[in-house]
Amino acid sequence: MVPTNYYVILSAVLFGLGVFAFIFKRNIITIFMSIELMLNAVNLAFVAFSQALGKLDGQVFVLFVIVVAAAEAAVGLGIIILIARNRQTLNVERVNLLKL
Amino acid sequence: MTLLSANAELIITVVKIVLLLFIVLTVNAYLTWFERKVVAHMQSRWGPHRVGPHGLLQPLADGVKFLFKEDPTPAGADKFVYYLAPLLALALALTGLALIPFGPDPIRLFGHDIYLGIAPPDVNIGILALFAITAMGVYGVALAGWSSNSKYPLLGGLRSSAQMISYELALTMSVVGVLLMAGSFNLKKIIEAQALHPEWGLFGWNVWPQILGFFCFFVAAVAETNRVPFDLPEAESELVAGFHTEYASFKFAMFFIAEYTSMITVSCLCSIMFFGGWLSPFPASWTFAHYLPSAILIPFGLWVIWDGIRYETLFGRIILPGLGTAFAALGAAFVLLPNVNEFIQAPFWLLSKILVFLFVYVWMRGTLPRFRYDQLMAFGWKLLLPLSIVNVIVTSFVILAKMTWWGAK
Amino acid sequence: MVGCEMTVPLAVFFVLAALAVIGAISLILQKHPIHSALSLIVVMIALAGLYLLLGAEFVAAVQIIVYGGAIMVLFVFVIMLLNAGIEEHTSISKMAGVPGLLLVVALAGFVAATIARSTESIQATRQSGEMASTLGISNMIFKDFVYPFELTSFLILVAVLGATVLAQREKS
Repeated sequence: MVPTNYYVILSAVLFGLGVFAFIFKRNIITIFMSIELMLNAVNLAFVAFSQALGKLDGQVFVLFVIVVAAAEAAVGLGIIILIARNRQTLNVERVNLLKL
Repeated sequence: MTLLSANAELIITVVKIVLLLFIVLTVNAYLTWFERKVVAHMQSRWGPHRVGPHGLLQPLADGVKFLFKEDPTPAGADKFVYYLAPLLALALALTGLALIPFGPDPIRLFGHDIYLGIAPPDVNIGILALFAITAMGVYGVALAGWSSNSKYPLLGGLRSSAQMISYELALTMSVVGVLLMAGSFNLKKIIEAQALHPEWGLFGWNVWPQILGFFCFFVAAVAETNRVPFDLPEAESELVAGFHTEYASFKFAMFFIAEYTSMITVSCLCSIMFFGGWLSPFPASWTFAHYLPSAILIPFGLWVIWDGIRYETLFGRIILPGLGTAFAALGAAFVLLPNVNEFIQAPFWLLSKILVFLFVYVWMRGTLPRFRYDQLMAFGWKLLLPLSIVNVIVTSFVILAKMTWWGAK
Repeated sequence: MVGCEMTVPLAVFFVLAALAVIGAISLILQKHPIHSALSLIVVMIALAGLYLLLGAEFVAAVQIIVYGGAIMVLFVFVIMLLNAGIEEHTSISKMAGVPGLLLVVALAGFVAATIARSTESIQATRQSGEMASTLGISNMIFKDFVYPFELTSFLILVAVLGATVLAQREKS
């Protein structure tokens, strides 16, 4: 039996890596992917606690998080496509003026 | 569980995997022979008939050709992704076959129960795991198209993967009716739910109440495996060769094998979910129907012997009677050993149904013209998906009515 | 650190955890966005394996189907359509790298150390198998959580409409 601590530590490490990717990377699509990584880390913590406490609430909440992540990815990527069309760049540092 | 029995389970599973891989790759090779022969006869020509008797060694010749052909890599291609794409497609297609049970009863050998099928029969998410593996199959196509660094493969890859994800929705929704009736994702339980009335024979199968679901599933599955009439993204006259233009020899063979293996997996799923899997179409009281495998094998073996004796080449005159004798001997063995006969009933019916579906696949290839891409996408989103949702709604209402109104009567 | 002996579930956990961490580090270190996307797919498959190890089989299957088979396909499509190339780093981002790394290590390390030190560690109170995960989850979704469930279907509808409107070509 794997202790629950191990799962939660792994979740914290993955979350930290997601935060680092969010700060350090410059391509907007990669920044978006780091958000997905953070959401996945949190999902792992939910499922680990759900198994530890013996209730299924954690798994139900994971399903809701997955659905929300899917909706957010769809709309976010639509916005990214518009930005790429208008500014002709995917580098976040070059999109620093409100006016074109 | 002692260490020795744990090791024995591992060894049995590894042997089953090796055996299944060997069988599937051979069946794939002879499926190409079957397809070329059947399409040719539908077009009033002969197909391969020179390499070996009746062209039976043609797959061997094709395999040797694939091994020895030059294997160029396009300039500017992303090397890692270029090598990963066919590997991914093949690995996923072959993994799907591990979840399919080929028979209900285990063989008792050395004190261990060996089930027919690699996954144990109590995988509670059988169908869902198969759909997960199918969903990941989109990557093989998309990455292959992109990594070739060329226009036609990129367009073909994008179109093909867009087609695959569109039809995936209709595929999963059309199965929900069957799952509602069976009450479980487990493939064995789905088959058992069709065996509630063994005296009805083939009228107890799921295809009769779920005819709409079967239509949606089969069409969506053909689109998912990129076969005619949905093979515009890889057709030769349209986009050169679509996403596998820049792949030569062995990598192309890997895509080929992946496509045929997913055809086999889809045929297995169709037979299991809608046509009763390993259940016999005859009512259970007709025990004389248990001799049907022998009744098919023995005359077939005798006919192959008779045809082989008069064949034109010496090689054929040796091989074909040998094959025929093997078939006839197998049929005779089943008649003489009643235990074995009872055991092979289930796999025999499942394999026959799979063969029928593969024939329907090849039949469609020889007969139907292709869809244009916009017709294809409109069909998937505007016709097939609403139909499968209607199927779910109607099935739910009927089950609810059965539970409350008819059942209470 | 590893007080108990190396059983098979523990070994599987370490393999999958190593795979997830390597995938996440590869996401950061790769230069081309498509390689980052492939690394993220590896992370998601490793996490699905961890969910299976925890006995959450339905969530594992949904993770692969939705996250690995739909959301990441969307990412890969957008990367291909926008012809995203190798990303360039300016001097600002190189300066932000080192303090960012230190801060993240501090954050993750603090959280991990707090959890590892907690003495009343939550051990698993039951073995899986009482109620099948799918049956239990569907009971909860359609009985206790039916209102959030209907709201998420509305949310998906809004997202579909939004994405369709956003990605249209300009009517010039």
